[in-house]
Amino acid sequence: MAVEVRVPTILRTYTDGEKAVTGTGGTLGEVLEDLDSRHAGIRERVVDGDALRRFVNVYVNDEDVRFTGGLGTGVSDGDTVVILPAVAGG
Amino acid sequence: MLTLDQATYDGIVAHARRDHPDEACGVVTGPADSDRAERLVPMRNAKKSTEVYEFDSLDLLRLYQDMDARGEEPVVIYHSHTGTEAYPSRTDVELAPEPGAHYVLVSTRDGAHLPGRAVELRSFRIVDGEITEEEVTVVPT
Repeated sequence: MAVEVRVPTILRTYTDGEKAVTGTGGTLGEVLEDLDSRHAGIRERVVDGDALRRFVNVYVNDEDVRFTGGLGTGVSDGDTVVILPAVAGG
Repeated sequence: MLTLDQATYDGIVAHARRDHPDEACGVVTGPADSDRAERLVPMRNAKKSTEVYEFDSLDLLRLYQDMDARGEEPVVIYHSHTGTEAYPSRTDVELAPEPGAHYVLVSTRDGAHLPGRAVELRSFRIVDGEITEEEVTVVPT
């Protein structure tokens, strides 16, 4: 299943500057692994071990995946995944 | 160098005063690649904290969708320190998400949030963990 993944500026070094790339998989975790096969290193910027990094937000169809199952969140053909680094500090 | 018009400068300072003693945060957006800080967008500090700030996750999504639709980017990312100087903290540097942005810090410490008191406002570039302070020029609105 193909989904569009929108990539934030800070991760575009992994996508040759592309703002959006296509990934496949049945879950968010699978999509990120698929992306990493073509854009090596991008997954580790989003995932730490088997969970999302604390200061990276990921949305599937405008829903924060922290509330929909994290990396296990299901994706379907035509869904949109957005990755945004948190704007946060001390 | 960062150029702010007077209304935007005043808007950032007013926001920091209003939210004191909690940290205030927001952005000033502008056309992509223009480096023009044009549209002040105060954000909510989801942490409601005197020590840290974080944009609410859904507010952040809407902000980026709105900027995309307008062809904008975040030119300035600002937040206040309410008990310390207007200088990026270690966390600010570690988390700085936009290498192209001007990071504006405002300090409302020592009663600076009160009417008639001067609020310190400084601007920095934060790239690959390196902090570089830059001049702030305020121009008439």
